[in-house]
Amino acid sequence: MTVGKDVSALFPDVVNCMQTDNLELKKLVYLYLMNYAKSQPDMAIMAVNTFVKDCEDPNPLIRALAVRTMGCIRVDKITEYLCEPLRKCLKDEDPYVRKTAAVCVAKLHDINAQLVEDQGFLDTLKDLISDSNPMVVANAVAALSEIAESHPSSNLLDLNPQSINKLLTALNECTEWGQIFILDCLANYMPKDDREAQSICERVTPRLSHANSAVVLSAVKVLMKFMEMLSKDLDYYGTLLKKLAPPLVTLLSAEPELQYVALRNINLIVQKRPEILKHEMKVFFVKYNDPIYVKLEKLDIMIRLASQANIAQVLAELKEYATEVDVDFVRKAVRAIGRCAIKVEQSAERCVSTLLDLIQTKVNYVVQEAIVVIKDIFRKYPNKYESVIATLCENLDSLDEPEARAAMIWIVGEYAERIDNADELLESFLEGFHDESTQVQLQLLTAIVKLFLKKPTETQELVQQVLSLATQDSDNPDLRDRGYIYWRLLSTDPVAAKEVVLAEKPLISEETDLIEPTLLDELICYIGTLASVYHKPPSAFVEGSRGVVHKSLPPRTGSSESAESPEAAPSAGQAAEQPAVIPAQGDLLGDLLNLDLGPPVSGPPLAASSVQMGAVDLLGGGLDSLMGDESEGLRSDVGGSPAMGGSGFTAPGPAAPAGMGAPLGSGLGDLFDLTGGVGTLSGSYVAPKTVWLPAMKAKGLEISGTFSRQVDSISMDLVLTNKALQVMSDFAIQFNRNSFGLAPAAPLQVHAPLAPNQSVEISLPLNTVGSVMKMDPLNNLQVAVKNNIDVFYFSTLYPLHILFVEDGKMERQMFLATWKDIPNENEAQFQIKDCSLNADAVSSKLQGSNIFTIAKRNVEGQDMLYQSLKLTNGIWVLAELRIQPSNPSFTLSLKCRAPEVSQYVYQAYDAILKN
Amino acid sequence: MIGGLFIYNHKGEVLISRVYRDDIGRNAVDAFRVNVIHARQQVRSPVTNIARTSFFHVKRSNIWLAAVTKQNVNAAMVFEFLYKMCDVMTAYFGKISEENIKNNFVLIYELLDEILDFGYPQNSETGALKTFITQQGIKSQTKEEQSQITSQVTGQIGWRREGIKYRRNELFLDVLESVNLLMSPQGQVLSAHVSGRVVMKSYLSGMPECKFGMNDKIVIEKQGKGTADETGKSGKQSIAIDDCTFHQCVRLSKFDSERSISFIPPDGEFELMRYRTTKDIILPFRVIPLVREVGRTKLEVKVVIKSNFKPSLLAQKIEVRIPTPLNTSGVQVICMKGKAKYKASENAIVWKIKRMAGMKESQISAEIELLPTNDKKKWARPPISMNFEVPFAPSGLKVRYLKVFEPKLNYSDHDVIKWSSSTFREHLPGPSTQIDRPCGSSGSRLSCLCSVTTHAATEVQNQGTSTIKLLFCWCLTTCIIS
Repeated sequence: MTVGKDVSALFPDVVNCMQTDNLELKKLVYLYLMNYAKSQPDMAIMAVNTFVKDCEDPNPLIRALAVRTMGCIRVDKITEYLCEPLRKCLKDEDPYVRKTAAVCVAKLHDINAQLVEDQGFLDTLKDLISDSNPMVVANAVAALSEIAESHPSSNLLDLNPQSINKLLTALNECTEWGQIFILDCLANYMPKDDREAQSICERVTPRLSHANSAVVLSAVKVLMKFMEMLSKDLDYYGTLLKKLAPPLVTLLSAEPELQYVALRNINLIVQKRPEILKHEMKVFFVKYNDPIYVKLEKLDIMIRLASQANIAQVLAELKEYATEVDVDFVRKAVRAIGRCAIKVEQSAERCVSTLLDLIQTKVNYVVQEAIVVIKDIFRKYPNKYESVIATLCENLDSLDEPEARAAMIWIVGEYAERIDNADELLESFLEGFHDESTQVQLQLLTAIVKLFLKKPTETQELVQQVLSLATQDSDNPDLRDRGYIYWRLLSTDPVAAKEVVLAEKPLISEETDLIEPTLLDELICYIGTLASVYHKPPSAFVEGSRGVVHKSLPPRTGSSESAESPEAAPSAGQAAEQPAVIPAQGDLLGDLLNLDLGPPVSGPPLAASSVQMGAVDLLGGGLDSLMGDESEGLRSDVGGSPAMGGSGFTAPGPAAPAGMGAPLGSGLGDLFDLTGGVGTLSGSYVAPKTVWLPAMKAKGLEISGTFSRQVDSISMDLVLTNKALQVMSDFAIQFNRNSFGLAPAAPLQVHAPLAPNQSVEISLPLNTVGSVMKMDPLNNLQVAVKNNIDVFYFSTLYPLHILFVEDGKMERQMFLATWKDIPNENEAQFQIKDCSLNADAVSSKLQGSNIFTIAKRNVEGQDMLYQSLKLTNGIWVLAELRIQPSNPSFTLSLKCRAPEVSQYVYQAYDAILKN
Repeated sequence: MIGGLFIYNHKGEVLISRVYRDDIGRNAVDAFRVNVIHARQQVRSPVTNIARTSFFHVKRSNIWLAAVTKQNVNAAMVFEFLYKMCDVMTAYFGKISEENIKNNFVLIYELLDEILDFGYPQNSETGALKTFITQQGIKSQTKEEQSQITSQVTGQIGWRREGIKYRRNELFLDVLESVNLLMSPQGQVLSAHVSGRVVMKSYLSGMPECKFGMNDKIVIEKQGKGTADETGKSGKQSIAIDDCTFHQCVRLSKFDSERSISFIPPDGEFELMRYRTTKDIILPFRVIPLVREVGRTKLEVKVVIKSNFKPSLLAQKIEVRIPTPLNTSGVQVICMKGKAKYKASENAIVWKIKRMAGMKESQISAEIELLPTNDKKKWARPPISMNFEVPFAPSGLKVRYLKVFEPKLNYSDHDVIKWSSSTFREHLPGPSTQIDRPCGSSGSRLSCLCSVTTHAATEVQNQGTSTIKLLFCWCLTTCIIS
């Protein structure tokens, strides 16, 4: 307005004009104040008086103007003077003033949240929700929603059936903008049952006919969210689905910018509930005059809706698009044809022939794009369409983009046995090897090795050439490493090499481009907002605390589909997934070596002796140590003995593990522990793994784990599972200070990035030299885990027995003396119920976990065991365990100089004895 | 919510900048200019995220309007608001141009202050705004007037002020339809839908209650239940409406329950409803373009139009616009009927026919000389467009009645409607898809957009003291085929 000139020097003169009767001039003065008050805070005080006076003007427009402007002046001193007028205006008789004052509370909260709370404005604001004027209600809702967002914990907008009813009534009466505020607020409400959800839905559906697209989208959001709660068998559910489609289609005749927003949202809705729009394919056909961003989005949705029923039409359209002018659009259209082939199996043949037609056009970028997608089609339908290879080879020279070249090389390598001149073709690429991009180089290397394995006699020279190019002349570590792997594989064991390199590849599926379910559910709660346009959660693009509140869909009531939530899937699911963690070695290796965008592999050791070992190393976390793997296998033979992996643990065998032979497992070290001598040995008890960090809370990373103790070392056994659709890497872990100074003894090593739906098992060694801080409860451990996505926090309770040290056996005399020495008030008594072991079994079982029996007495038919144990920090705990043969419940008396540990020792006893 | 609003001219200079939130710094203005207005390639999305700040923009002629935010705002709302802002500005000072904005900048700031508070859109109905934001300076209002203004701005009927008086009560109703048609190369219709708009201009006194009825299938069937006789008659004439949306003045809950459209109209022009139909669409014209490429410097174009309605009806004022490539150097046209001319400034051949009866055909052929160019980029093949007037609506929509009832002033109307005439405009496919195919055989796909405006004029007898005149007349229709 001032053309960029700073006119703050005129401040006093302008303020003098404030007391004018001319409303227009007053507005301009106020505008000036808003812009410059911050640069002249002292002068701004001069204006306060007029503001306060204006707030009592008989003209409601002036009262509102004053209160609106004051809220925009972000000068602390002025803010103090604002409170009184604001309080008055909130109760003004004129609705125009009240609605302005409602927004002003939000302004004030933004400047000084504490002040708003202290002055009790929030309560006044809440009262305004029941105001008679709909616009006041709408603004109050908007203000409260904003304040509530910055205080996720506060129960500001405590929505209950009564207030919801008020909002729904106001919904029919207020302006279009007000309706948006109210609908957005309603979407945050969680109805208590499906009946309530249905009645809200019924009252919201008329909004779908509103001319304002934002009202429609907000109504769709409410309906999509509450529909979760309705049972699918309900008639109403079907009606609602039918009612949702027409308004969504109508949004496509809005202005292009709104169409874009609508299409981004439809993309989400189609993924969540494909049934809504499955018959509406035609409306997504691209129009000549659509802007490019609308065209691209429509294309995306067309593919999502493609099915066997409509594939012919879709293909005809896509073929037409591939002859358009805009390069990006054409490329995407060609790619879409490939995606259709992968998605709808019946159409694959037609898609391939369409792609071949397109290749015949010889338009450079069309041909290249077509080759890239044909490669994918080969991955999905191997040995079906190889007849087209000849046509592809004709276009070899026109390829200039790395992706297309890499795809073509992959095809040549994969089908080398069918292409007579494969060696010539690859050789031609080899000439400019160093000028190629890494992607092409890697692919070329793999392709030539494949060719060599298929036709060893003619291509020896070629393979040597590429290996030396890759290993000696290249600076790229990925390329060099892959070269070395192949070289060694080929020189040590060509048969194994064949198995590895030519291994069968898993089929690809079309699911790869879908949004992961947890994110999708969250985005459904943000329909209409920026998050749904970006397809990212708000935390990804909003700074600070605002909007970081995680929203989730309500659970469905009255049906069995609730098993979707990760918390509800206990360790049973974990066990079921276990086999997927460690696939057969051959497969994994083959996969690794064949992937063109493979993970950054760590360098193989140069020791020429062990190609085998090098390969195993590459597998990283999956096969962390062969030892661990073997013992796991053994353990399942042993049966009911304590298991480390947890896989065998969900169904423990019949009781009395003490009777079993010496288990290997994690207690291997105990075999050599000769201090005992009472009965058989058994391994230190390890609790089954529990989920510490559910995937919902950690952007798809699920962590479950347990603690275990082997000779002199404590470890934390973790299973990291990637439930997101994104590769995770760069893991690190840290502990907060805790009662016993537990700290990781080594960094968290996850060797390879964790691919989606993979898990990795890690044993993290711990020590007790970290800094100490007393926690409550005592055995609480707060952990932070970082990966490439974010940092996540969780806390867990560790069983105390992992802290029981091996030299915890006290001398008999010493025991007696100490027992007497510790005052009686430090003694704690506990009951261990439902334990049917005899005294010997008990003592041997406890010994496995470093609780040592010093003496055993039989008093009046009861067995008394006297035991001692020592914690890592040197605290001794003495125990007396009374076992009555007839009574399954034992009495445990613990004496310790630090009585607060007793309770946790008891818990450890209880856990050990019951497992 | 919206953190700020900027208006730029085509050079990227800021004309208006109004910041509502503290989190939007001054650099945001420049960020948008550098990254969007001066961006090298075409803008690929109307929403841009630059350094965690989101920019929403719309463009009107060569003026950019951008809303800025750092929060997760309702994106649909922001765009709706920007359109609304354009409407309000147009209502106040006409076309949105750099000059008009500069001349009215005080007014714009005043408006921005009123319709957006702390980033929350407030009442933005022009009718209401004009009562207290004027360019004439504020007259000293009486207390009643003031409270009337405020209660109107915040009230249930925020779009209409009280105490409007006209000596002649008049109401105009236009039905505009655009037909979107997709045809296969064999001439088979793949999909067609009509999206129509009902636009109303009301000059009525007081607070009139209006009720609008059309030949909507659901309503007619519901009524027909009582008298089976009527169903037979009206069944043919009713149309199935797929979906419709309404201006905020329409009582949506009433439409949802009874499917009746009742409202208190704003004063002046507004869009009452939009609707969409897909069934039984009548296409008044067929356009068959043939294009032949003769060498690199010559194109032969032949366009045939066929009228596809009853021979007794007459289409009028037909205008066909055939786009030509940008490197055209000269055109020779021969047409059997009407007049045709090449307009170099518009890159098109314009062919005009005064009238044409139903079930007839006519053709034009043109030779286009091209300048040789190095430009490898293909010609984008814009669609052929066509304007005309015909006396029916493609969707078959008819206005059955429009009832007006004003309880205080007690004027009313008779629901008598006489149709007088109708106009269409239609755009047909360009030399489009044939351009690459030598000796263009007819066909390929066409999609056409055609819109109808209906004005019907009726004289209404009054019951009370005042007279109201309902004027319905058909006018415009647009069709695009691409």
